Amino acid sequence: MDLITELTIFVLAAFVGFEVISKVPATLHTPLMSQTNAIHGIVMLGGLIVAGFGDDPLEYTIGFIAIAFGAINIVGGFMVTDRMLGMFARKKKPAEASAEAEPEQS
Amino acid sequence: MSAFAVIEAGGELSTALYILSFSLFIFGVRQGTHPTTAKRGNMLAAVGMLIAVITTLLLDGIGNWGVIVAGLAVGTAVGVIASIRVQMTDMPQMVALYNGVGGGAVALIAWSEFRQEIEIGHEIPLDTFIPILFAAVIGSVSFWGSNIAFAKLQDLISTRPVSLPGQQLINAALLIGVVGACVILAADNGSPSEGIFIAVLIAAAVLGNLAVLPIGGADMPVVISLLNAATGLSAAAAGFALDNVALIVAGTLVGSSGTILTMEMATAMNRSVANILFAGFGGAPSGGGGDFEERPHRSLGAQDAAITLGYADSVVIVPGYGLAVAQAQHAVKELGDELEKRGIDVRYAIHPVAGRMPGHMNVLLAEADVPYEKLVEMEDINPDMPRTDVAVVVGANDVTNPSAKNDPNSPIAGMPIIEVGEAQQVIVIKRSLSPGFAGIDNDLFYMEKTGMVFADAKKAAQDIAAEVTRL
Repeated sequence: MDLITELTIFVLAAFVGFEVISKVPATLHTPLMSQTNAIHGIVMLGGLIVAGFGDDPLEYTIGFIAIAFGAINIVGGFMVTDRMLGMFARKKKPAEASAEAEPEQS
Repeated sequence: MSAFAVIEAGGELSTALYILSFSLFIFGVRQGTHPTTAKRGNMLAAVGMLIAVITTLLLDGIGNWGVIVAGLAVGTAVGVIASIRVQMTDMPQMVALYNGVGGGAVALIAWSEFRQEIEIGHEIPLDTFIPILFAAVIGSVSFWGSNIAFAKLQDLISTRPVSLPGQQLINAALLIGVVGACVILAADNGSPSEGIFIAVLIAAAVLGNLAVLPIGGADMPVVISLLNAATGLSAAAAGFALDNVALIVAGTLVGSSGTILTMEMATAMNRSVANILFAGFGGAPSGGGGDFEERPHRSLGAQDAAITLGYADSVVIVPGYGLAVAQAQHAVKELGDELEKRGIDVRYAIHPVAGRMPGHMNVLLAEADVPYEKLVEMEDINPDMPRTDVAVVVGANDVTNPSAKNDPNSPIAGMPIIEVGEAQQVIVIKRSLSPGFAGIDNDLFYMEKTGMVFADAKKAAQDIAAEVTRL
């Protein structure tokens, strides 16, 4: 991909981001933040690539840490967002929700 | 061999899969506009991530499976355990931590990619090299800045603004040094020195520490949000370096999101982002407690508070960070339930910067099973305040301070507030009369219609609820 194509994608993505995110109500800003936080864990792909092609112990080590960090970011981020949103979603039908009684963590 | 060439070798199929993956991210975030669809949206975004990861693992020539599997296993285990264990009140520091590891990953990837580019022994093209440098610097700043934010929120270090003499100068010098070193590296793109590159990573790390240390605990939501945007942009930069379209789009999406949230919060505090970052404000009263003379106020017991509440028609509860600290969300919900049983209309008014993260109060109240419809945003509740019989302030302070509206000389003048003072009667549950993070006295506490309940938020809510049942 040439630089101009990449810059085009970048600028359009920025506008899409502003449009989509400004529609999220303030009530849901914490889950939004934690979800977008999980999405930037996509840097782990970079970790997979550099680790997958590394060829000395230092690069293996860097790659290992980068992948582990990225995986924490992705897995932790999506799971914690899911937990939070589960709390909001349950509110819709209070009667059924108490019957389901999802196990509480805290 | 550079990672660059291999992505190209992945060809149309891998690019198509990456496009599918970032479409799911965008769609997933779009679903986040309503609580009923947000959960599914999050799931879709996670599926998008899975597709992106599998696509990358299938790329031609990827090796070192031991390293990859070990990294994935360790990271997944830590992520799963942390996300199951974390309490909802601790969500801000959890997000700070996840953000930090993301930034750390970016910095490390940039370093590794730099090494692999050197090994090829060619002139590193600037459209690869500059993004690598950007990712390295921002990733490193974000990693260390987030760790400091985490430590402050977790009370591992002082939440007060900590600053060295001449801090701004030191920071400016570091920043200039980092940029200068990057220019030297880029100018010598035929054989750049790895030593200078590592020095850049370290200087950026110091900068990350020094930039966040002087910021007070109460301003952390803005800092986390800004660092979130920074990590997103550094991920996008890594995407430029690796020619990976999924990284570019996803990173930019996060950059936009963090930027919007940062600006919204700054507006809600009526301060500029620069003021929050550089003013060393927002930690503790600057002049100490001595500045506030003792003023007459009315102290209420749980029983008096219960009577006031029990015979009202409409009640608005205003939660603040004190509610989170006291883990009082369940107790407050019980109090609300008791009042509703008596036919009283109960709603919750949420200030945009209540808590330590935007929307943090909403999550806590949702955890306590408060229906989503009962959570009302500031601009919607204020017009109803004069018609409200009793406003109950639980662990909130500055966001209710009428001097923001009435006193143009107040440090928080112009900050939008929840106009609790307009309600017919006010009950403030608070441990003491001490001022909030802005270090200013709150006139609300001394109004004739205000009764102060001096107690821990959780205990007070439980006691008042118990008294209400006896009415």
